[in-house]
Amino acid sequence: MADISFRLKAENKGDAFEVKALFKHPMETGTRKNKATGEVFPADFINEVTAKVNGAPAMVAEWSGAVSQNPFLAFRVTGKAGDKVEVSCTSNKGDSGTQTVDLA
Amino acid sequence: MKRRTFLKAGLATGATAVAVNAGILVPNTVLAAWNEKAFASKTVDEGMTAVFGASNAADSADVKLKAPAIAENGAVVPVEVDASALKGVESIAVFAVKNPVPLACTAKFSGAGVGFTSVRLKMGETQDVVAVVKAGGKLYKAKSEVKVTIGGCGG
Repeated sequence: MADISFRLKAENKGDAFEVKALFKHPMETGTRKNKATGEVFPADFINEVTAKVNGAPAMVAEWSGAVSQNPFLAFRVTGKAGDKVEVSCTSNKGDSGTQTVDLA
Repeated sequence: MKRRTFLKAGLATGATAVAVNAGILVPNTVLAAWNEKAFASKTVDEGMTAVFGASNAADSADVKLKAPAIAENGAVVPVEVDASALKGVESIAVFAVKNPVPLACTAKFSGAGVGFTSVRLKMGETQDVVAVVKAGGKLYKAKSEVKVTIGGCGG
């Protein structure tokens, strides 16, 4: 169970805050083959991303392997400056990562 | 007394570990409620039924789907869905119609969450992208064609 590292940023969009996350992950679908050996690369992708604002659930994203390598995710939340947003991700292999950012 | 509770706890965790080892419980299902059925569906209708319980969505201009008309690189196609014009958005699902598994991602909202999501998808060929939004118990959708010049799923 390795850690998934990612970056998190919040931006004020006027009526809501936009939270952007950039994950570092190969997002292997499980169907891609190694051309030289013919072996299938085993599936390894982030399949769940959850966001909490001040501890209350705000968004749950579920992904398939169709999301690009090193995925980018943007979502919007309402709130005020200083609110804490916590984003966690989990992969199909059980790897996970958590980061927090303050709305500003 | 203490020894008894200790034994009980040991037995319980032991049983879970055995189940995991035997592959009865995939770690996946223990950690998250990932919708395995929806992500195994081969058609858009099947996927929609698995996510929303229905597959009849009405076209709506309030579902703003932003995707490039021409994607030079199918491995990274930015797709943005903005449903904030609709009231009471519960969830959003994005489908790439011709992908092996059309359902690419879903997002469910609660509390402070706003009906908006933006991701980058892989697409093997030119195809439609469909965004389905559930708001106030009803389904709405929007569609956009993406021309892919270099496929994103080649190995």
